[in-house]
Formats: sequence, C-alpha cells, structure tokens
Amino acid sequence: MLKYLFSRLLTFVPTFIGVCIISFAFIRVLPGDPIIVMAGERGMSEERYNELYQQFGFDRPLVVQFWDYFTGVLQGDLGQSYVTKRPVWDEFFALFPATLELSFCAIIIAVALGLPAGVIAAVNRGKFFDRALMSSALIGYSMPIFWWALLLIIIFSGNLGWTPVSGRIDLLYFFDAKTGFMLIDSLLSGQEGAFKSAVRHLILPSIVLATIPLAVIARQTRSAMLEVLGEDYIRTAKAKGLAPPRVNGVHALRNAMIPVVTVIGLSVGMLLAGAILTETIFSWPGIGKWMVDSIYRRDYPVVQGGLLLVALLVMVVNLIVDLLYGLINPKIRKR
Amino acid sequence: MADVSSSTNTTPTTTVRPGRFKEFWRYFRENRGAVIGFYVFLFFLFVAIFAPLIAPFEPSAQNRGATLVPPAWLDGGTWTYPLGTDPLGRDMLSRLIHGARYSFLVGTVVVIIAATGGILTGLVAGFAPRWLDTIIMRIMDIILSIPSLLLALVLVAILGPSLLNAMIAIAIVLQPHYVRLTRAAVMTELSKDYVISARVAGARLPRLMFVTVLPNCLAPIIVQAALSFSNAILDVAALGFLGMGAQPPTPEWGTMLAEAREFILRAWWVVTFPGLAILVTVLAINLMGDGLRDALDPKLKRS
Repeated sequence: MLKYLFSRLLTFVPTFIGVCIISFAFIRVLPGDPIIVMAGERGMSEERYNELYQQFGFDRPLVVQFWDYFTGVLQGDLGQSYVTKRPVWDEFFALFPATLELSFCAIIIAVALGLPAGVIAAVNRGKFFDRALMSSALIGYSMPIFWWALLLIIIFSGNLGWTPVSGRIDLLYFFDAKTGFMLIDSLLSGQEGAFKSAVRHLILPSIVLATIPLAVIARQTRSAMLEVLGEDYIRTAKAKGLAPPRVNGVHALRNAMIPVVTVIGLSVGMLLAGAILTETIFSWPGIGKWMVDSIYRRDYPVVQGGLLLVALLVMVVNLIVDLLYGLINPKIRKR
Repeated sequence: MADVSSSTNTTPTTTVRPGRFKEFWRYFRENRGAVIGFYVFLFFLFVAIFAPLIAPFEPSAQNRGATLVPPAWLDGGTWTYPLGTDPLGRDMLSRLIHGARYSFLVGTVVVIIAATGGILTGLVAGFAPRWLDTIIMRIMDIILSIPSLLLALVLVAILGPSLLNAMIAIAIVLQPHYVRLTRAAVMTELSKDYVISARVAGARLPRLMFVTVLPNCLAPIIVQAALSFSNAILDVAALGFLGMGAQPPTPEWGTMLAEAREFILRAWWVVTFPGLAILVTVLAINLMGDGLRDALDPKLKRS
C-alpha cells in the first residue's frame, strides 16, 4: 500500500508543475498589456509605466520570472488582483465556501436520487420503470444546463413566485460571515426567517448543478448493479431465501458501489465546470462567477491563480479517489 | 465515460467479413432509441443543409413592426411567424433553422480536429519508448485536470471570442480523451500475434501504425466521436451563452439564448425554443452514440 501511495504521489508532482507552467504561460500570451489594463481609462505616464514594468519583473528573463512565480506558489503567494488589489489567495478563500456549499448540496441531491434510481432501474431491468428512469437520465445527461436554469427560473420564479432569482440571501438580512456557509451563518445569526431565505436561494442553483451528475450516477449505478446481479454469490443469496431488498440492497449494492464511488469522485471536475454556468446565471458569488468575471475584466493574476487553484483542487480530489479506490479494491494496488 | 471502460476493449478479427455493414446495422437496429436518434439526426442534417430554402425569412431580417410576437397558437400570434419573433422582430423559426447549420459545423469541425490530433498523438504514445509515452500522457493529465469549460473559456480569452476560436478551444479540451482511448487500444493490440507476425514479415513503423493496428482500434474511437460531437455542440453553445463563442447577430443557439436572457420573464418563447433545439439535437446524438457502442463494441455493452 505504501508503495502504491508513493508511486501515485510521484505522478502528482510533474502534473502540478505542468499546471503551474500552463497557468504561467497563459498570462504571457494573453493579448493586451496588463499594465495598461491596470491603468484603466486615464492612462499613465511613461515613467510610471517603466516603473511598474520593472516592479512586476517583466524586464527579466522568462525563466527567472517563472522561477519567482513558482517559488511564490509553493509559499502560497499567487500575486494580487489588478482590480481589487487584494491577494488572489484571499479572494479565492473568501468565495470558496459559496461554491463549496452549492456543490455540496448538488452532490447530495445527485447521490440521494441517483443511487436509488439506478438500483430500482437495474432490479426492474427492461420494465417500464427502468425505461422511464433511464430515458430521464439520458435527457438529464444531454441537458444544456444554462437553458435548464433559465427554464426553472421562468417556471418557479416567474410564474409561481416560489424562489428568488439570484444571490444567496435576501438583502433584508445582514450578519457577519463566520463560516462563509450561508446556511450555517444564517442559523447562527438567530434572525427570524434568515435560514429559510438562504434555503430558498439555494434550491434552484443546486438542482441545476445536480442535473448532470445525477444522470451520470444513475446510469453508472444501473450498469454496475446489472453486472453484479449476474454473479454467483447473488444467486447463492437468493437461494438461501434472503428477502429481495436484502439481496439487492446489501449483497449487490455494496459490490456495485466501487465504480459508483469513483464516478462520484470524478464528478467534482464536472461540478466545477457546471458551477461556472450555474453561478453566472444565478449571480451566485462563488469561484465560477469570479473566474468568468475576471476573464471579462482581463484581471490576469486572478485568472492565472484561479486556474491553478481549481486544477489543484480537481487533482487532489482525484488523488483521494484513487487512493480510496486502492484501499477498497486490493487488485488495483498491484499495477 | 467510454474511455474509462475501454481498457478492457478487444476488437474483432482482422479478416474483413462479407456484409460487415449489414451486420452492424442489424445490431444497431435492435436498439430502438438509437434508430429514433438516427432519424432525428438525419432530420436536423437535412434542415441544416437546406436551411436557406426551408427558412421563411432571412435569419437577420428585422421587422420593427413585429417585435416579441408570441408563437402562432397563442393570443396575438400569427402564422407568418409560427414560433414568434425575438426582441428585434426577427423570425424565431428561421433563426433556429439557420442555427442548425452552426451546430453541425461545430460538431463536425471539432470532432475532426480533436480526433485527428488525438489519434495521431495516441498512436505515437502507444508505439513510442516509455519516456516519450510518459511525457505525452502527463501532458494529457494536465489538460484533463482543468475543468473543460474553464479551460475553453481561458483559451478563448487568449484567442479572442469568435465561433472559430471557440471550436479550436473545445477541440483542444476534448482531444485527451482520444489520446487515452487510442493509446489503450494500441497497447492491447501490440501484444497480439498478428502484430508480431506483421513485424516479422518486415512491416515498417508507419505501416504497422496505420495499416496493421489502427483499423483494429477504431470501434471505441467511433463511439467517442459520437459522444464528443454532442459535447462539442453543448460546450460551444455554453461559450456562446457566456458571450465567448459566436457573436451576435449570428443565429447560433447558445448566442440566441444569451441575447434572450433579459426577456425571460416577458417572452418565454425566445428562451425556450433555442434551448429545446440544443437538447433535442444533443439527445438524438447521445441516443445514437449508445446504439453505436452496443453495435460496435459488444464488450462495452451496458445492459
């Protein structure tokens, strides 16, 4: 196991350096001069330009610049935003809880509905239930979620007036962000109706973000279950006279879970990509919207740092999933 | 997801059996959803090719006297504009019909670029000495570790927002899947007897790569092509929606959605129809992809 852990960690290092190089290279090939962008409409004198040019180190060789950037990254220094002048690192962690809260709710919806749907479909293979569930899953899988979001807004916010259109909480409520998670903060604040307001703001974005992972998990659970249901030990369990729910729920599902857990882990990348669209549409102040806004504003250090942090996040989660997988399934370790 | 399971893939015998297409069609036809998807796909293809002949209006023709006209079956609608008009008085139906052209263009171009690049790189990785293989696969890992839409967004920001650049960006993002698939398929083929015998018979590297091995690796790649065709349509529409893809007044479906956003609570049809068009097209192609997988690659069969 230690050897597996070690070899897996070894592949992590070059990938990390590669991501650093890519995010560093992007800022150098992006069109437009970052200093002129910084100056804004007023422009700046030539002396000030040269001063800044040197201050940012653009006059030094690329290799030296990269080395500075890389050592900075290792020490947690990702530069600062041109627009807000705050460190990229601080901005990321101020907004990250919002994305985490949204993704967490989405993944709970996806697992809570996707697992049972997949199991029910597999057990009723070929029957009406199976076909209905799998058709819906394929529709969910093919869904342009930005359109799906607009559709839900038309129905639930426009026509029924049940949910708000944007933001995380009504402007009525104001309290300090202790944890950054609106659900927890609103409870802690003790203000009446604050928690309810936070939940109502969270519902539509979570549903939208959950749609594609839900479809993927349902499809994957079904196919994993079908594979397991054909095994000998299932026949043995049935022959012993165990009740069907116990056979399906305990004997089959447990063994079918291994590929499903992998898919759940891998859907983190999917969630982050989905968060870009979902957060933009619902004006959800998280990482996705932050990245899109920075791209529009040409705030290069933010684009660079955000790209690096998001990639790092995906890599770490994938690493954890791989390690868990090795822990559950000893056959993998030997490779 | 096809690439996850493809490592166990094996391919059929090398001799070309008579009526191979017939056999394929027999398997494909078993899957009713796939056949429906195929017909819907043909319908959209027809619409895309003959768009100027079918569409009642020019896609950019504005009628200032008829803005936001509802669809014909609603109060105030007219059959002149069966699906209503947008805020500039342009006919929704005509714009949707022309939009089909962009979606198919996008799908085709992206798949060709991504598949060509990916297959070549994958072949090289499969045949190359270990160090080169490692380098190539690490680069692919790096690309895969960045969420696809985010990477595409940043690439478009570098290249400048346009439909062509959006297509290039999506192709780059989708390419690693082909590399992985091709490499995995090549690895399984390389140890087989027919490859060794070809080598003994004196076949050179290019012949081994393209004539001996590649045709036997094609099944999972074709399935992947179908899947990435629909992915390309979705992602380019998403980029268009974010203002980083096709630019107005191009009647691309995602761009149409972006333009219509502010009217969602006043005129539901300007939002509903472009999205529905995207959904139906992508769904049809995914149905077809499932059928292709079952017919070409029985080992990957899900049910």
